[in-house]
Amino acid sequence: MTLRDEPAASTAPRADVADSRGPDAPTLSTISRSTYLKEAALKNLFLVCAFVAVAAVLLIFMFVGYRGWPIFAKTGLAAFLGGLQWQPTAEQPQFGILALIINSLIATLGGLALGAPLAVGTAVFLSEVATPRVREWVRPAVELLAGIPSVVYGLFGLLALRPIIAQASGGLGFGFATAWIVLAVMILPTIAAISEDALRSIPSGIREASYAMGATKWQTIWRVLLPAAKIGIIDAIILGMGRAIGETMAVVMVAGNAKVIPDGIFKPFLTLTTVIVIDMPYASGDHRTALFGVAIVLFLISMAFVAAIRVISRLGGEQS
Amino acid sequence: MSEKLAEHLAGAPSGSSQPDKFAVRKLEFYYGDFHALTDITVGIQRHAVTAFIGPSGCGKSTFLRTLNRMNDLIPGTRVEGSVMLDRQDVYAAGIDPVDLRRRVGMIFQQPNPFPMSIYENVAYGPKLHGVKKKADLDEVVEKSLQRANLWKEVKDILGRGGLTLSGGQQQRLCIARVLAVEPEVLLMDEPCSAIDPTSVQKVEDLMAELKDRITIVIVTHNMQQAARVSDYTAFFLQEKVNEAAELIEFDRTATLFTSPKDRRTEDYITGRFG
Repeated sequence: MTLRDEPAASTAPRADVADSRGPDAPTLSTISRSTYLKEAALKNLFLVCAFVAVAAVLLIFMFVGYRGWPIFAKTGLAAFLGGLQWQPTAEQPQFGILALIINSLIATLGGLALGAPLAVGTAVFLSEVATPRVREWVRPAVELLAGIPSVVYGLFGLLALRPIIAQASGGLGFGFATAWIVLAVMILPTIAAISEDALRSIPSGIREASYAMGATKWQTIWRVLLPAAKIGIIDAIILGMGRAIGETMAVVMVAGNAKVIPDGIFKPFLTLTTVIVIDMPYASGDHRTALFGVAIVLFLISMAFVAAIRVISRLGGEQS
Repeated sequence: MSEKLAEHLAGAPSGSSQPDKFAVRKLEFYYGDFHALTDITVGIQRHAVTAFIGPSGCGKSTFLRTLNRMNDLIPGTRVEGSVMLDRQDVYAAGIDPVDLRRRVGMIFQQPNPFPMSIYENVAYGPKLHGVKKKADLDEVVEKSLQRANLWKEVKDILGRGGLTLSGGQQQRLCIARVLAVEPEVLLMDEPCSAIDPTSVQKVEDLMAELKDRITIVIVTHNMQQAARVSDYTAFFLQEKVNEAAELIEFDRTATLFTSPKDRRTEDYITGRFG
């Protein structure tokens, strides 16, 4: 349309309107067909995006379930979950994963015990203590930690940390102690970032109120801010736990991976995740099915973590 | 500076027998390079309500926050001149702002209860300052809620979250929380601008009850409120953008509102600007 055409085009309808609704009444335009189609198409596009995520979860669960389910039927659920012996290649194979579950929990909780306080401390530092200038240096460093591939953590654990632990403990250095340190550093950025968000989302009025009552910075952090951010911090820790329990590559490199029940924190161990990487290349038959059974258990554990976060957030919402 | 103000500073104003609770002399305040307040000299009468009025951005809240050093929390702020609380300079070297704030409490525009129970909100201050026994805490909590006129409404729901209360109740909870540490001065920064009219009434009644024992300073946008609740009024004005705000006039509230000495005060209270 040229500029010259415009006035003619816009005056024509106005003359009509003037008859029925007075001289200056504006007209409401009707929705055009192309706009309508565009909107509908976009809506469906986003629906498809969301559907892909849901479908992926379902498909993986169905696949793992389908492949792993027979082992429960074969050994019995109690023997599978409650058996201590993982002897898949013995004359009389035994597929008990209790020791693996316990090892996974020990590795996770130990990493958490070291990493969570460090991470929450980092979050408090970033949110409450650091000057903006310092914060702009420290935060990217913490974020970078999240971006390091887990195999690099494993390499660091294997070649830098393990010799030190070996010297200190007199063993080979493969074991829980090494894994705890590696896991602690790996989960630090996750917990720190989410905890920091939780702390920063506390309205500044809350801080002012505390200071205005004669509270020190430390009292304000300890008695007001950390309790106020409690739900977010617990969520962060559970997410960190999920990351730790699912971590495979870094753990496999420092765990030693022996199929015996370890009798100390400096002894090699096998977990739910590492058993899959270690055994899968040569497993066949029931052994392979049992590894899918382990995957089902891992899947259910992650689901439990996600559910826990939802329940805790809901409880927190009701509380305040 | 008005004559009345000079007279007020020279000694106590007519009718008062005690020295001022706060005596501020030649206060200058800076946010970084920005000169926010200049040449503020004023006395705050003890056991009375003093109102600070003036248009938005005139520095009245900033000035209020210099009295308990809340501005210290903002990086880059600077104070010159003196702020004497009972003849002691609160900005003198070595003065602990934490102890100052215990004695000079503050209420904010937005009610800001902690996300914890009503009981824990009120017990927070006493716990900070060393009260540990449950019986003692129970007593302080009840007494403070009663003084804040909130006890009757919450005595059966003390375990419920402070944030579940209505806005007006939350503000009274904040007042109870401050009263629990027995402050000598209560600074109120537009305490009624975010709450409903019924609650405003309650908070205003409360101020009248509290001033027997506490010195109150209130910043308000609402001139009717200043006229209703205060004994003394200070009018602040920033005459030009980017220029430091000044104290234009300070007097007994009745005098300031009926026969202001400064043309600018008169313009403001008659609604000619601001």
